[in-house]
This record gives sequence, C-alpha cells and structure tokens, in this order.
Amino acid sequence: MKIVVCVKQVPDTTEVKIDPKTNTLMRQGVPSIVNPHDKHALEMALSLRDQLGGSVTVLSMGPMQSQEALRECLAMGADHAVLLSDRAFGGADTLATSYTLAAGIRKIGEFDLIICGKQAIDGDTAQVGPEMAEHLGIPHITYASQVEAGADGAPVRVHRDGEEGTEILEVKLPVLLTVTHYGDGPRLPVVKGIRRAFRAEVDVWSVNDVEVDRNVLGLKGSPTQVRRIFSPDKRCGCEMIPGDACAAASVVATKLRELRIIGVGS
Amino acid sequence: MKINSELCSGCGACAAACPFGALVIKGNKAEKTDACTDCGACASACSFEAIQAGSGTDNGGDAHDLNSYKGVWVYLELKDRQLRGVALELLAQGRKLADEMGQELAGVLLGDNVADLANEVFANGADRLYLVEDPCYGRYDADQYTAAMTELINTYRPAVILLGATHNGRDLAPRVAARIKTGLTADCTGLSIDAETGLVAWTRPAFGGNIMATILCPNHRPQMGTVRPRVFKRAEPDCGRTGTIVRAKTKATTSRVKWIKSIKSLKESVNLEDAEIIVAGGRGMGKPESFALVSELAELLGGAVGASRAVVDAGWMPADHQVGQTGKTVAPRVYIACGISGAIQHLAGMQGSDVIVAINRDASAPIFTVAHYGIVGDVNEVLPALINEIRCATA
Repeated sequence: MKIVVCVKQVPDTTEVKIDPKTNTLMRQGVPSIVNPHDKHALEMALSLRDQLGGSVTVLSMGPMQSQEALRECLAMGADHAVLLSDRAFGGADTLATSYTLAAGIRKIGEFDLIICGKQAIDGDTAQVGPEMAEHLGIPHITYASQVEAGADGAPVRVHRDGEEGTEILEVKLPVLLTVTHYGDGPRLPVVKGIRRAFRAEVDVWSVNDVEVDRNVLGLKGSPTQVRRIFSPDKRCGCEMIPGDACAAASVVATKLRELRIIGVGS
Repeated sequence: MKINSELCSGCGACAAACPFGALVIKGNKAEKTDACTDCGACASACSFEAIQAGSGTDNGGDAHDLNSYKGVWVYLELKDRQLRGVALELLAQGRKLADEMGQELAGVLLGDNVADLANEVFANGADRLYLVEDPCYGRYDADQYTAAMTELINTYRPAVILLGATHNGRDLAPRVAARIKTGLTADCTGLSIDAETGLVAWTRPAFGGNIMATILCPNHRPQMGTVRPRVFKRAEPDCGRTGTIVRAKTKATTSRVKWIKSIKSLKESVNLEDAEIIVAGGRGMGKPESFALVSELAELLGGAVGASRAVVDAGWMPADHQVGQTGKTVAPRVYIACGISGAIQHLAGMQGSDVIVAINRDASAPIFTVAHYGIVGDVNEVLPALINEIRCATA
C-alpha cells in the first residue's frame, strides 16, 4: 500500500507565552515540533505498512527549517520525505495550502491512501485535509480512528468518530483520512531510524518542480486575508477565598447555594 | 505590507509585535520574511509610519460579480431529525449580520421528510428556507451534501454562509469551499460586519488561543465560516414570524463512501456542551486516581466531568472530556476548575462560563485571571471538604 502522510512543523503552542507588558506573543525559545495529530497520522500509516507492505512518504510545506520535522518522521520509520519550500508558497491560507500540497502529491505519483492529522495546533482549522481531497478529486473521511484494509483492491473499512459515537464506513481506495488519535499513540524513533534519518535525503521541491497555477499560490492566491491580530480579553476581579480547605469549601458551598445549584428548596 | 526604509529607524518594535516572527532587523532596517501574512500588527506598532499595511494583492474579484451575491445563509444541521442547538445560535447571529447588511437571512435544510421544521426556522429569525428533501439526505454524507450545497450556492448565490463547527460541519465546509474555490474561516468566536468594507469580519483564536485574528474574504463569494457551538446565544423564538419556503431539487449523486453502521458510545456519552455544571480536573490533581474526586463532585452536583488537554494527553481521561481550543467549548452556569493551571487554550474553551470557581495550589496560575472565585490550595484537600459540605447541605 502506497501511503502519503502530510505533516506540519508547528510551534509548541503549549509553550507559547504572552509578554505581559507588551501583550505580544513571545516566540523566543518556543520549540518547533511535529504537529501532534500528524504523528498519530504517521503512526496509522506505519502500522498499515508494517502489516500490508508498501511505503510511507511524508510531505510537508514550509520553510527549509521544516526539514527537521521530516527527519523526525524518517526516524520514526517513514520511507521518503518531501518538502515543498518556496517564497511563492508563503503566506498561504488553507485553500492555497491544500492546492500546493495536492500538486506535491500528484508529483509523488500513485498513492492509495493520504493521511493527515485532524488539524494543526497553531492554526486549528482542520480544513486542509478535506480541501486537498477535493483538489485531488478523491473522497475523504475526517476523524478516522481505525482502518481495516481488505484484500487487494477491496474497499477499506474506516471507523470515524462522530458527534454521537462511532460510524463504520466503507470506501474504495484512494481516499484521504484525517486522524485525531491512533491506537496507543505514535511510536518513538529507534536508533537505527535516527541514524538513517541523518543520512537520508529530504527532497526539496520549489515552485518550478510542481505543476501549479501561480495565481492561486501563497498569500496572493489566498481568498482569506488576515485583517488584524490582537490579544484575547482578560477578565480581572477574581475574588480569592481565604482560609484552610474546610473554610474555603464552606464559602464555595454557600456561593453554590446562592446560585441555586445546591440545596434548592431545603 | 510595505516597509519604507527611509522612515524606518530600525527600532524593532515591529519585530516584537509580529505574531508570526516574520520581521527581522537587518542593517538597522526592518525586513519582512516569507512568514509574513499581512496581518498589519507591525503597522500599528510602528511609531514612524514606516510600514504601510495591506496586502496590495488583487486576486480577481470583479466588483459587479461580487455584488450579485446576496443574503446570509445558515446551514441547518440536524441531530435525530431535530435542529442542532448551533443551528439556532447561528440563526440568531445570522439575523444580526443580515440586518446590518440590509439583506435576507435564509436557512438551508437538507434532509428526509423534515418540512415540519420550517416554522421553527422562521421563529428563530430566518426570512427564507431552502428546503431539499430526499431520502438520500437522511444521513450526513460528504459527497452528497457537498454536491447539493454547491448546486444551491451556484443557483441562489448567497453572500455569506455560516455553518456549525461540529464534526460534520467541519467535514462539509472545507469540501464545499474548495469546490467553489472560496475562502473559509474555521471555528470563529466572533462575527461582525467590517465598517470599512461591509465584509464579514470573522474573528477566531489562533496559536492555541494565544492570539485572536480577524479574517476577511474580500474577493471571493460566498464568504464562508464555521462557528463553534455555544459561542452565540440563541434568540427567543417568535412563533408569529413567517417566511418563504423554497423547495429546491438537486441532481441525484451517488456517494463514494458507503455507510455500514453507527455505534453509539457504550457509556453515557459525555455531553459537555449542554451541561449546566462542569467540574474539570487538570494535572494539579496529581494522579489519575484523584479524578474520582472530580467525578464524585460532578455527580453530586448533577454535572459533567471536564479535563484539561494535559491530562487527556497523559491518558488520565478520554479525549471526549477535553475542554479547550482543541477540545470542546463550553459555557455552563458553573465551571469548577480543579488543579487546572489555565493554559490559554483551556481558557479559550471555558471563559464564557457564567461562574468560574478555580482551585489551584499556585496563586499565580492564569486560571485565576478568568475565575470569579479562587481558592489557593491543594485540590486533594479542598475537594473532599467541598464534597462533604455539599453532602451536608443536601442531606
């Protein structure tokens, strides 16, 4: 089975802090990581490959620094890595990003399965996966948690996390899946993998390497534009309840009674 | 965005203000890099008027053609043949946008035998209902729903479409947007009309809720966005309101994805969004076993159990309990945060709660910036005491 996994290098948003004086984002010292959902997508792909044979190619779009993220994927066991990197791709919204990634996938060639993380933790849009499937003209299934592959050419069964439970769906390949969480989570890189990842080539493709309409790339080709960036509102005026655990608990119970949450009618 | 290097003093205020780290100071002058998204944060920060905001891009968009798109649409998602709460919330907010634009508000309903919902749609603010009834729409399906929505959009040409940011809403919206080739803004928490351009200003959190961004879609129609449940309040229904039903027929399509079956979660599904009371625990609980205290208090108050991302990532609680930017957005009457420090992505998901009580050992934890009542202490002491108090009060 030929699988392409799309990954994004993101700032670890759990480590992002706001400068209390200037109210701006402090980026210094914020580590770059492989988007956590993408690692689950990669784990799903590697498990399928280990079970059925085939290959896993990881694909990313971003600055040259994103090669680090791709090397981490190679260390986990991916077979090939491709980075789409060019000034022309920069500043893209989800439509332009998905268009560019789709062009990268066409150049990679034949595939059975594309797997993406549900969303990236910096943008949190969850849009690039389904938009990419549309550009490629293939079906997609979001929030996939499990794949049961059949015999060659037979449809695969996909478990999808719905709003009210699990849906079991059947689809013929090729298909694009997005993944929130897979199995026991992503595997750790092994020593052999790390060594191989250092030696392995990451293919870097520029705008000249892919077949694209330059008018719909990057910032220029993005229908949505950022108008303004600002810090979220902060409320102040928290009433601190003094005293030991018992005293504080008693005050909270009184507040809950006043709010008619407890002891109503008694 | 353009930098006038003659006016630039190289002070670096722009680089500090840039949320994307896209500005560097080289040779005592500011320079932008590929990471620039033209958000304009640098222009506001510059004291020397050396930065001119604006993309200067013109990607198509014939003004006459753009103006031929009219009206605000709300995609009406169903659950067991009833309108989902978020559909009613979007009708209320869509009504405000439509009034400000001086245009109509319409609901779009795909389903099987659902015409009886029309009165509820009108009572909640719509002037018009596009109704597509066919057995094939009895269950959500990406292929069929995308084909139907695209056909309706191309026929009736709305200016704006709002969808709920539910699993299915976030499945459908990007597929439709990519087919129409228009802009889509995800997971909005604020919607208004931009005074200058008359466009919808879509406001949403980014970087895990650390910053807010306002997005416009100037040259493509319709302008599309998804909105989280519980962000807007639904309106008081006006049963006297009426509207026009437009029965639309769509071309039959077959789906490439076959539905086999649905399995409802075995356990009582966690319905955080509808809970009136939520007791949530974080890493400050110390160990997974301590979560029993959180569950006990929640049960005592008739509420639901929430969790921070840290404890979900650590495997202490299943993901469907997660509150926050990557989990659920909640707005209960009372939210009790136990041992949650309050990472901004958690706050983004719960700060709309009516009353927030926070218990945390660290007095400087950010959770206290959004809480109404705060207790600095060990949750493993405060919670048993609180459970005991409530037991006595309700006995």
